[in-house]
Amino acid sequence: MPLQLYIATRKGVWIARADADRRTWSLDGPRFLGQQCHHVVLDPRDRKTLLCASRQWHLGPTVFRSDDGGATWKEAATPPQFVKGEPRERAVDHVFWLTPGHASEPGVWYAGTSPKGLFRSEDGGVTWAPVAGFNDHPDQHNWVGSDKDQTPDGGKLHSIVVDPRDPAHLYLSMSSGGTFESTDRGAGWQPLNLGVAMDFAPAKEDGSEYTYGHDPHCMVQHPLAPDRLWQQNHCGIYRLDRPSDRWQRVGKAMPAEIGDVGFAVVMHPRDPDTAWVHPMDAGGDWPRTSPGGKPAMFVTRDAGASWQRRDEGLPREQAWWTVKRQAMCTDAGEPVGIYFGTTSGELWTSPDEGDSFRCLFRHLPHIFAVTAGEPA
Amino acid sequence: MRVIVPSQLRSYTAGRDEVGADGATLADVLADLDRQFPGFRFRVIDEQERVRRHIILFVGSERQDDLHATIPAGSDLQIVGALSGG
Repeated sequence: MPLQLYIATRKGVWIARADADRRTWSLDGPRFLGQQCHHVVLDPRDRKTLLCASRQWHLGPTVFRSDDGGATWKEAATPPQFVKGEPRERAVDHVFWLTPGHASEPGVWYAGTSPKGLFRSEDGGVTWAPVAGFNDHPDQHNWVGSDKDQTPDGGKLHSIVVDPRDPAHLYLSMSSGGTFESTDRGAGWQPLNLGVAMDFAPAKEDGSEYTYGHDPHCMVQHPLAPDRLWQQNHCGIYRLDRPSDRWQRVGKAMPAEIGDVGFAVVMHPRDPDTAWVHPMDAGGDWPRTSPGGKPAMFVTRDAGASWQRRDEGLPREQAWWTVKRQAMCTDAGEPVGIYFGTTSGELWTSPDEGDSFRCLFRHLPHIFAVTAGEPA
Repeated sequence: MRVIVPSQLRSYTAGRDEVGADGATLADVLADLDRQFPGFRFRVIDEQERVRRHIILFVGSERQDDLHATIPAGSDLQIVGALSGG
């Protein structure tokens, strides 16, 4: 079946369907009208199961599951939730992030929540259990920070990454808190933040680096070169080549007047040296809008050594939207198609790796997430 | 007792705006509602047994957050989506 885009918004879910050459699109929806939907993801293993992280404003958080391409949905029997009676009295406010598990573990999914928690399902999203190795780690309360360290609608655990070579090797990121790594399927976790700036905190008096407390906005691992990680942070764009544990701030090569702050980073599915970002204004009052009201994407094709502006077809002025951290994705086409949704409810595409852009749909609610999939 | 269901929860009650439930306490009634309509309780009460922030429970005309509160005979339970959101 041709490509589909799963558009999660502040007021529901829409599915955009392409024809075979990705030129003509139709929009199906809404589903869950009125519900805040943070992420909708197609399971790449069966190319059939869809999960949706949803929170109706008044009601508690949940996950919905569809096995017919989004036509019908059924709620999780046990949505992600912290342990009843735990000392910190945490309760999930919303499910923010969904990641399918390793190819060798069908049915396994991970979820990241606000407040920051990690949850795992082993039955395709029907029942969820806390990952105690993270949620109850003795340092976790330090990693996640205080109420002053959270995004406005609550701190986020996001960018859950499963190494395609090893189902026990996991990464996750938190805003704020930093990036963490587990090599034992989530039983133990170590910070992975060396080299990442924390401009919002004073330098440590002993000259050492902070090991956690950073603010990654989005972190991705290249599927064909899993030692290559990219990170868009509150304080810059970074690349990490494992086994090194020191991030390199490749965003320094961005134009100074644009800077290297944004929410999203996406990769070329076949070329680990190519990535795209969508910078935002991080000056003054941190409006987090397109710099100067002139949105642009920037691409690197040399692993971050240089970046080129791409804005053909994008508004030339008075466009003050933002692209959120889950709201940009690529397909696997040749050339690669790029898709992003805006806070003003527009869905844009570049069918040619950023050389040109066109708006597919307008007037949707504030878009939280755009993911791509090709259902079976 | 009669339970008045807000629009936000009627996907659980097959669209019904009123349902019946039994129980001596608010916790008992909510347990009965969840038995009849699986998933209902978690959307109203969080995992730490707190009424969710934007939900208000009225037993009769009294707001009630204590799940151990006894239900007076003849009272209705009205579940309200608070005037919040946007």
